[in-house]
Amino acid sequence: MGKLVSKIPEGPLAQKWTRYKASVKLVNPANKKKIEIIVVGTGLSGAGAASALGELGYSVKNFCYQDSPRRAHSVAAQGGINAAKNYQNDGDSTFRLFYDMIKGGDYRAREANVYRAAEVSNQVIDHFTALGVPFARDYGGTLDTRSFGGVQVSRTFYAKGQTGQQCLLGAYSSLNRQIKKGNVKMFPRREMLELVLINGKARGIITRNLITGAIERHSAHAVVLATGGYGTIYYLSTLAVNSNASAAWKAHKKGAFFANPSFVQIHPTSIPQLNEYQSKLTLMSESLRNDGRIWVPKQKGDKRPANEIPEEERDYYLERRYPTFGNLVPRDVASRAAKERCDAGYGVGETGLAVNLDFRDAIKKQGKKVIEGKYGNLFEMYEHITGINPYEEPMRIYPAGHYTMGGLWVDYELMTTVPGLYSIGESNFSDHGANRLGASSLMQASGDGYFILPNTINNYLADEIRTPAISTDSPEFEEAEKDARERINRLMSVKGRKSALSFHKRLGKIMWDHAGMSRNEEGLNTALKLVRELEEEFWKEINIPGSADELNMELEKAGRVADYFELAELLITDALNRRESCGAHFREEFQTPDGEAKRNDEEFAYVAAWEYAGKGNPHILHREELKFEEVEMKVRSYK
Amino acid sequence: MKLTLKIWRQKNAKAKGDFVTYQMDDVSPEMAFLEMLDALNKRLVEEDKEPVAFDHDCREGICGSCGMYINGHPHGPLPGLTTCHLSMRHFRDGDVIWIEPWRAKPFPVIRDLIVDRSAFDKIQVAGGFVSVNTGSAPEANSNLIRKHDSDAAFDSAICIGCGACVAACKNASAMLFVSAKISQFALLPQGRVEAVDRVRAMVAKMDEAGFGNCSNTGACEAECPKHIKLANIARLNREYFKAY
Amino acid sequence: MALAGLFLLMFLPVHLIINLMLLKSDPVPFNRAAHFMATFPVVKIVEIALIAAILIHISWGIFLQIQNWLARPVGYAGGNKSETSFFSRFMIWTGASVLTFLVLHFFNFYFIKLGLVPGDPENFYSVAHNLFKISAYNYIYLICFVLLGLHLFHAFSSAFQTLGLNHRIWTPVVKVFALIYSILIPAGFAYISLTLWLFR
Repeated sequence: MGKLVSKIPEGPLAQKWTRYKASVKLVNPANKKKIEIIVVGTGLSGAGAASALGELGYSVKNFCYQDSPRRAHSVAAQGGINAAKNYQNDGDSTFRLFYDMIKGGDYRAREANVYRAAEVSNQVIDHFTALGVPFARDYGGTLDTRSFGGVQVSRTFYAKGQTGQQCLLGAYSSLNRQIKKGNVKMFPRREMLELVLINGKARGIITRNLITGAIERHSAHAVVLATGGYGTIYYLSTLAVNSNASAAWKAHKKGAFFANPSFVQIHPTSIPQLNEYQSKLTLMSESLRNDGRIWVPKQKGDKRPANEIPEEERDYYLERRYPTFGNLVPRDVASRAAKERCDAGYGVGETGLAVNLDFRDAIKKQGKKVIEGKYGNLFEMYEHITGINPYEEPMRIYPAGHYTMGGLWVDYELMTTVPGLYSIGESNFSDHGANRLGASSLMQASGDGYFILPNTINNYLADEIRTPAISTDSPEFEEAEKDARERINRLMSVKGRKSALSFHKRLGKIMWDHAGMSRNEEGLNTALKLVRELEEEFWKEINIPGSADELNMELEKAGRVADYFELAELLITDALNRRESCGAHFREEFQTPDGEAKRNDEEFAYVAAWEYAGKGNPHILHREELKFEEVEMKVRSYK
Repeated sequence: MKLTLKIWRQKNAKAKGDFVTYQMDDVSPEMAFLEMLDALNKRLVEEDKEPVAFDHDCREGICGSCGMYINGHPHGPLPGLTTCHLSMRHFRDGDVIWIEPWRAKPFPVIRDLIVDRSAFDKIQVAGGFVSVNTGSAPEANSNLIRKHDSDAAFDSAICIGCGACVAACKNASAMLFVSAKISQFALLPQGRVEAVDRVRAMVAKMDEAGFGNCSNTGACEAECPKHIKLANIARLNREYFKAY
Repeated sequence: MALAGLFLLMFLPVHLIINLMLLKSDPVPFNRAAHFMATFPVVKIVEIALIAAILIHISWGIFLQIQNWLARPVGYAGGNKSETSFFSRFMIWTGASVLTFLVLHFFNFYFIKLGLVPGDPENFYSVAHNLFKISAYNYIYLICFVLLGLHLFHAFSSAFQTLGLNHRIWTPVVKVFALIYSILIPAGFAYISLTLWLFR
């Protein structure tokens, strides 16, 4: 185990969190005011943590790169948020939710953390409802739920196809309340450039003011990263185009281990790439799979319009291969099945890289009005982008990079390997193992931010009450600022001919082709070589017009891409190391005869936490063995 | 397609801005509007010229970052769309496209097409919340809410805070934006408790920021990418009268 | 703004009904009505309210308009082509022309009544008939009433919206009523003008 201490509390699984809360150290209210906490990111976890910590009385500084905290990418989550309320009387429970997550994650997540995520899920729903989040309701006035990818119960709370937006705006409102009270100070349009360590503890950050270009120092007793995932490493993904891993990567280089970087979820239902200029792949909520049926023609290369292909010539391949779950199999299974069909030549559309998602039967059965009520805004969005009316013709969908299960390694308290540095939400390696189930990201991010971190952080801060306000004049801050400036100067002084975007695009293509939905040793090695070459070219050819002392979006982009080269290398290294297929990580060498993922629990039932060893040196692998006390590791089958 | 772009360029908040003309020779109708600007910026960077700065992020019409005033309309001539969702297939070969930042005193230009919309945040900070601490919420189903009211609250709550309503209004009024939040909470029992304080605080902050007044011209509703209705403004007025 | 405006809206039909008496060849009913309006105590009170409403409506309107102009110091080069209720864009200008007319009107009638301008307050019938013989006066009169109609068309439904009265069913009804009102009222006044000018 070495340096990894997961701090899982003693006792039976169901009582760990309760026991932990009852025994953890506390900080008295008078002292809280004097303690400062930096929260980077204002998504569900960041805004949730900032507001909950503000409510407790801590002095919080909250940062985001957008112009307003309301724009964090949690806003784009569509489908819903899970909770173990069992409002439908369909046999749901905290344990069932926990079990589904563990199984969905292909037994590569920490049991205690996952159970806790399931445990706090109900409080999350209560809290958002109280904040005025307008979740869908039934006629009797109670909350409605729907079933969502990969599970057999209906536990997903939703607000049409905009659940993420509604939850995020709820979190934004609670953040605003604390800003008004003066407990949280908001710093928008700031990018974190460096983490500052003093005596080994996280004590602050260096930021760049994106409007003025000013390099700023901010100190605190603890730093919380809520900076989201790194899905844009594929360039084309369902993420916001400015989403990036730079803050987490800077923390990694300062000692925070990066866990399971190769666990990237590919979402099965995104709008396919339509042209070479495309900057993003728009997600079509997975909830569509509740009513839509996925199919390809039975005949290879059948180019007839979808509506002209008769029923008997359609291959509903998910229903055929997975009769129990049908179209609702987990995301990784659905994604790979789509890729398999397209690679075999059955894909539809001009590129052949798409499958049909058909609502004909659902409209026939439930009526257009009901379908419109459920998915109206998604259908509208689809038509805007593609010009195809999904009420008349099937949608075309294809998998796209979506969510990163990997991230900064954290212990049970959500603290990274750097004392006083926490990571929450998607930015940590989290509770989703090797694959995340639908509607559990909002749940985990909110749980981390509102209910878990505000309890666990006290345990660290209780020993910090005698630490006075941290000065930003220390040599450590000096040094960190110098590093940040040097790096900017280095980027600015290359003065080549190419744009950051062009490099990002090329990096994305390498990653998608070789380290995307399915991987093999040869491809990964090729990718490693190509990424290194591209990185070298980048540092010779990048051009950033303008200066660093003003708003300069090219500089922002270039900095993020530069970090992505390094992360890409680690992602590939991790994928090479994990010689098994599990969840979203599919190594072609390790599969069953019928093409399903083949896990290797003997050798790989561990979290791979990578330690940075300096530029040019190979990362050092630390293993956190995963022990399953309450569940038995089974072959994941959705047949 | 060949297009002529007339884009507002302004180095910073204090600098004097002006329109600069750019010729685009091979615009594909499949591009999104922002992808067309990406292509322009790529060219500018390769020519070592400063690219056009514009706000954008999710590129799926939900974050509210993007927003430019295109040919006399916020977010371009099509209703119900954000700039990022605007497709180039709606333009014709040879078109001249005027691209300007939002214009309003409370939205000063930061650079090129980027404006400072922090006035919106300040209004939300003034009262756009329900005062409930984490952990003190009652069981979610203990409060029954009529589906009709909940759905109506949702229809108001989907505002993305892009500022198109202000940009479109001849008076640069923020009433549609403010009314959307007021309405969401006015329609829900959770929000009623603080309704009086909320409407007073938010309206006062709106006036302080220097937005114009609502004269019910309806431009905001016509241009709102999320179809927020004028009925919200009437509800805001009602709530305001009730508060005094 | 809206309340004062609505109050003024209620006054217009009353004024029109009295004016229609000008069409009779007998001056007595009109003069009697004018006399009644000038002397009856309740009307006196309403009159004060009316003057107050006019002053509030004008001064508040100008104040808000200045605020509105200040809220957009730099305009759009590409114009503002958003779909709006068309006449709502010109309320300050249609309002200003109505005000111009009002001043003229006050000199012709109201100030006579108050004794500020010489004339016989007991015989407005002949004052009116004499005025309508002047072509220029009729041109001004007709143009101002067309502009008043445009003003009223937006004003009517806008006042309801400002007062918070927006309803799924009733708002469209109000809009139809606003259209009828804003045509009928100016049409009524114009009818008097045209009849007295061209046919008497």
